[in-house]
Amino acid sequence: MATPTKSTGKSSCEACPAHHAGNLIKLGVNMANWDYVVALAGNPNTGKSTVFNALTGLRQHTGNWPGKTVVRAEGGFSYQDQRYKLVDLPGTYSLLSTSTDEEVARDFILFGRPDVTVIVVDATRLERNLNLVLQVLEITDRAIVCLNLIDEAKRHGFTLDERTLARDLGVPVVPTAARQNEGIPQLIYAISEVASGQVVCKPHQIEARESEPLTQAIDKLSGEVATAFPGLANARWVAMRLLEGDPRIIQAVRSGELGELNQTTAVTAGELELAETT
Amino acid sequence: MTEKITPDQILASADSLRWEAGANLHDTLMESIYADAGRIADRTVTRQDEQPKFTFDRTVDRLVTSRWLGFPLMLLMLAVVFWLTIEGANTPSKILATLLIDDTHPVLKDLATAAGLPWWLDGLLIDGMYLAMAWVIAVMLPPMAIFFPLFTLLEDFGYLPRVAFNLDNLFKKSGAHGKQALTMAMGFGCNAAAIVSTRIIDSPRERLIAIITNNFALCNGRWPTQILIASIFIGGLVPAHWAGLVSATAVVSVAVLGIVLSFAVSWGLSHTILKGEASAFSLELPPYRPPRILRTIYTSIIDRTLIVLWRAVVFAIPAGAAIWLASNIDIDGISIAERFISGSDPFALLIGLNGVILLAYIVAIPANEIVIPTILMLTVQSARVAGFGEGAGVMFELDSETDTAAIFSAGGWTLLTAVNLMLFSLVHNPCSTTLYTIYQETKSIKWTAVSGLLPIAMGFALCFFVTQIWYLVEGR
Repeated sequence: MATPTKSTGKSSCEACPAHHAGNLIKLGVNMANWDYVVALAGNPNTGKSTVFNALTGLRQHTGNWPGKTVVRAEGGFSYQDQRYKLVDLPGTYSLLSTSTDEEVARDFILFGRPDVTVIVVDATRLERNLNLVLQVLEITDRAIVCLNLIDEAKRHGFTLDERTLARDLGVPVVPTAARQNEGIPQLIYAISEVASGQVVCKPHQIEARESEPLTQAIDKLSGEVATAFPGLANARWVAMRLLEGDPRIIQAVRSGELGELNQTTAVTAGELELAETT
Repeated sequence: MTEKITPDQILASADSLRWEAGANLHDTLMESIYADAGRIADRTVTRQDEQPKFTFDRTVDRLVTSRWLGFPLMLLMLAVVFWLTIEGANTPSKILATLLIDDTHPVLKDLATAAGLPWWLDGLLIDGMYLAMAWVIAVMLPPMAIFFPLFTLLEDFGYLPRVAFNLDNLFKKSGAHGKQALTMAMGFGCNAAAIVSTRIIDSPRERLIAIITNNFALCNGRWPTQILIASIFIGGLVPAHWAGLVSATAVVSVAVLGIVLSFAVSWGLSHTILKGEASAFSLELPPYRPPRILRTIYTSIIDRTLIVLWRAVVFAIPAGAAIWLASNIDIDGISIAERFISGSDPFALLIGLNGVILLAYIVAIPANEIVIPTILMLTVQSARVAGFGEGAGVMFELDSETDTAAIFSAGGWTLLTAVNLMLFSLVHNPCSTTLYTIYQETKSIKWTAVSGLLPIAMGFALCFFVTQIWYLVEGR
């Protein structure tokens, strides 16, 4: 195999994502003592499970999530001496409505407080996929968009400017073709950067521009939520859910559960509600 | 801020702000998300060349989901499917009837005589069970073998989600879930399967509505009844070259009436015993795919046609035996079947049906598929049509629609009877499999009873009104 240049000096290669990929150890289901928790969200059929398998070396059955049997697949990988636990969430189109799979996905992103949420999107159907991305970005500011199926998009004659997308969304965007393992090293690198706090995201916020009264209501209520729960990253989103009368969020406000989310320090593993599936 | 805000204050403030925020809070938020997503996607994506596939999809979608053309196109497509089914099924049905009934039945009878079987065993096995089975195959196999592949092709092409899209708004207005459009579409295949598929609806209230109203989607056990009766009575009203088209229209009208009833009952339920608001959902319109014709034909024949046919045969055999027994066991010289028929005739005539039809529906509770064979057999037997049938409880030979028509007219059938039979076939209790599935899914005797009794009460009422109005117009 001809390799163009075989560098001996480590320093010049240190910053190259391709180099780091060499440090990837796929841990399969062996994921005790993890340092970071990474959630995988996305619409159904965007290749989420393919990304999951590429990262963990597992062979998670790739397919749709049936209506009622909502299970989270979990696996792990290690990268640069840090251990990551990866949670594959059910594929959903939104996090707003009431079905069980959407609730599982949303509750994990909100209450499970993953260190990084990777949102896998179908590059050939960007607009529809962005609906979910925008909703996730309301809940968490530690997110990465994985622009998957980029090869198919090229074949269809699309060009996607991931830099514009990253600027508009305020989070890192990594183009991938997970089936061919393209872009996976860069994705791992981006995950490690967001997890360790080297990259801080400034996510896009939904604004109800058309409705002045609604904007005012959200602003007023989110101010109150922010005062009651100082440090909460998603006061605006909580306000929107309260306005819509979301029973789960109302309950979280009443019980003070929401107050526990305001610590910006990393979550200890034991707090995560993972026991039910493991 | 110095003062502390308690959770209760926040909730109270949310409650009051909710009124100021405007009525369509959820929709407004969804719309702003969609607007933002569209704007960002436009900035990111550039198309190098026109993609013919996407343009094609959009053009088709603009037509089939259009406000004005969506419904007419949907009806037209259904009508074409039925027209092809009715026109195409005629000849193969005749061939099968000749083969299984005209040719094989006498051979079996001769064999039985040669083997020295007692008359009752011979009658029960050959005139009851075998003929019922042969009948079901001859009547049902050809239309199913045409209808299912056509319907599956539409499904494979990606048309059904568009139907759901068109109907979503109407379901929302009825207070039901938009996904009910999908479960209803499944009901056009099999109600029992559709009841299971209502699991995709998460709200228990909306799911119950979907379960109770699913029966109004004509299932494949009832399509043959509709098609046969429409061909004989409605198609018979017009010149032969119009017959196929007119009968297809009649069948489509009944199917559409079912959809309308489904909305009406959903509305009624969601405003009375199952009150509540409809919840929103997102529905993906998948890309149109060129249907894989050969594979579709293969799978729809294996998966649907043969399975449904097998079920029909399994239920037809004991039903055949039951019919034969009812016609041959006499109490004071009159058979059980005849007693029931003459006993229920006064009530049945009030709703424009007759005792034969009612008895047939009781016999056919296990499977709607055998209603027509049962009706024909009982009609021959109770009307004692000369030249047809070979004795009590024998499902007779039927080689053409003209013969069938002759039997019906001998049994005192009119156009009114036919119309009412079509209506009653749409609006009556679900088959026993569906009822059992409803019980399995709801675990509630109450809701199972509602699902069974509501349609049958509605069916009686509907037929009664049609009959009385018919009489008024006729000037009786």
